[in-house]
Amino acid sequence: MSDPTSAPPDRLAWYQSMVRIRLFEEKVQELFMTGQIQGTTHLCQGQEAVSVGSIGAMRPGDVQTNTYRGHGEALALGMESETAFAELMGRSAGGSGGVGGSMHLIDFSKGNIGANAIIGAGLPIAVGAAVAFQMQKKPNVALSFFGDGATNIGTFHEALNMAAVWQAPVVFIIANNLYGEYSPLRTTTPMDDLARRADPFGMPGVIVDGQDIDTVYAAVSEAVERARGGGGPSLLEMKTYRYRGHSRSDPAKYRPDGELERWKARDPIELLGAKLVDEGVIGPNDATEIRTETQAAIDAAAERAATSPFPTLEETIPYVYAD
Amino acid sequence: MSTPTEAPERAATDAAAPTELTYRDAINAALHDALGGDESVLLMGEDVGADGGVFKTNVGLIEAFGPERVRTTPICENGFLNVAIGMSLVGMRPIVEIMFADFLPTAGDAIVNQLPKYRFMSGGQTAVPVTVRVICGGTGRFGTQHSATGESWFMHLPGLRIVTASSPGSAYSLLRAAVNDNNPTMFFEHKGLYGRKGPVTRGEIAPLGKAVVEREGSDVTIVATLLMVERALAAAESLAAEGISAEVIDLRWLRPLDLPTVRASVDKTRRLVVAEEQVHAAGWGATVVSELTIGGIDWASAPRRISLPDDIPMPYTPPLEDLVIPSAEGIAAAARASVRA
Repeated sequence: MSDPTSAPPDRLAWYQSMVRIRLFEEKVQELFMTGQIQGTTHLCQGQEAVSVGSIGAMRPGDVQTNTYRGHGEALALGMESETAFAELMGRSAGGSGGVGGSMHLIDFSKGNIGANAIIGAGLPIAVGAAVAFQMQKKPNVALSFFGDGATNIGTFHEALNMAAVWQAPVVFIIANNLYGEYSPLRTTTPMDDLARRADPFGMPGVIVDGQDIDTVYAAVSEAVERARGGGGPSLLEMKTYRYRGHSRSDPAKYRPDGELERWKARDPIELLGAKLVDEGVIGPNDATEIRTETQAAIDAAAERAATSPFPTLEETIPYVYAD
Repeated sequence: MSTPTEAPERAATDAAAPTELTYRDAINAALHDALGGDESVLLMGEDVGADGGVFKTNVGLIEAFGPERVRTTPICENGFLNVAIGMSLVGMRPIVEIMFADFLPTAGDAIVNQLPKYRFMSGGQTAVPVTVRVICGGTGRFGTQHSATGESWFMHLPGLRIVTASSPGSAYSLLRAAVNDNNPTMFFEHKGLYGRKGPVTRGEIAPLGKAVVEREGSDVTIVATLLMVERALAAAESLAAEGISAEVIDLRWLRPLDLPTVRASVDKTRRLVVAEEQVHAAGWGATVVSELTIGGIDWASAPRRISLPDDIPMPYTPPLEDLVIPSAEGIAAAARASVRA
């Protein structure tokens, strides 16, 4: 999250953030193999620029909702790796005390007001926060992250309709990774460009290269500032790709040969890294060094997280009802 | 009805003195007082600001508080209930009106997966102070899809509170309690009761999770909610003429369920009848019977129930609607059978 006065953005920090997300997700897979993380998980390797670039456009007091594939947003918003690992391991030191798990990395103190495991539910929740900001006369904006599959559920259309009617300061961000769970987009959806779904609601619908973080940042900044200035909601479609299957149990055999490789050729981390080297922001060997350092930090965070105790049932009782 | 703009002032000047209001006006007064006392409170739902709302419970609110805080929504229950949740996460206290209880399943995800679980999934990081005002119940000839009470449909959800109002006084004080609570609360108001008159104490906030003994008796305990409370009271009156002393409990809260009050009553009467305007299976009546009998009983007779039929949806035609909804005579017959068993 940036400070309003801190332009231009710190692109080296973006790079580090994307590397952290990538290595975090790889570590999650490893911890699954050893049984330290159980149940299911939905990884976001390949989509890091969408999370980091979009969140780079947020200002203090802005909020966002994300999904079960939300590790990228949670980390980009500043959740510590240890806190996130502990949550995935079901430990007391997790962000939700271990009761939420992989699909619910939430941190209200950082503007992360929800990670939802129900497709489409985060959209109207973000609209509600945005309408509240309007009523409270706060200069804040709500973002909502979701996937291409969510554009087929009722809440997508209900949320865009309400946002448009009330001119709510909200930005809807589709991470269009081409697959709704196991199903290719065109088997469930009668169009390729989901940005067109903004048209019936009279709001801007913008197609964005989701692999290029500078493009993501520019598009989200424009939409966020438009919303903040009273210009109403926008729908942004990030063209992106997830390198892994839908969830832990999905080997993604439905993908045509060569598709993964084509997308990896435009890897968001590599793209920004090359630019930073070209511009002299980092040296040619710095990328490797950043990766090595980040890997060490990730490994250490996972180790520390594993030392946190499991919560007792008594510990979770205050999570049910507020005083 | 009191003129809306006067309502909050009158509440301030003589909060302690009960006034005679209809059930409808009691709800209107509670809404005026809740919105007037806290600017984070708002009312939202379909047509809530139009002409006092569909059931005229909202008269004067939009004039007093404006269209932002008395917010008419599109027709999309799941969408706007989730919007209310989003509002509650950043400091607002929305009251969401659901025009007919039968529309609640449309908002099933918001009610089942969001309202009760949101705080829990976050590890207690947030409260979710949303009140869902559900207009419910039969006797209005509204037909199969507009007549449910729906009061027990969401009892399986830890994290939720559920409360029902049977009289003007309790409608006021329970709605105020629902809005004051920091947890998601479903407040059920019965549209067949809107015209009933009774004493209302402005400013009164009912205690959480407390059932009320509406009439004391020694021979049989009748537990009821909503419209069934006045019918149970009428039944008790007719039973008294026969020499049977019935105790009537308005259960009020289904979550949390006030079992101690019911148990204390049955310890005395040793007979129990549950009177429900809903199918008995998997509802509060079945839960009360189960909880009170599960360890074995030494009552004077087995528990009885009177409820909607188990196997027929609500019919429109007036004679059949009247037949299937438990009457005072039906409740009296169940209690009489319990005593004479």
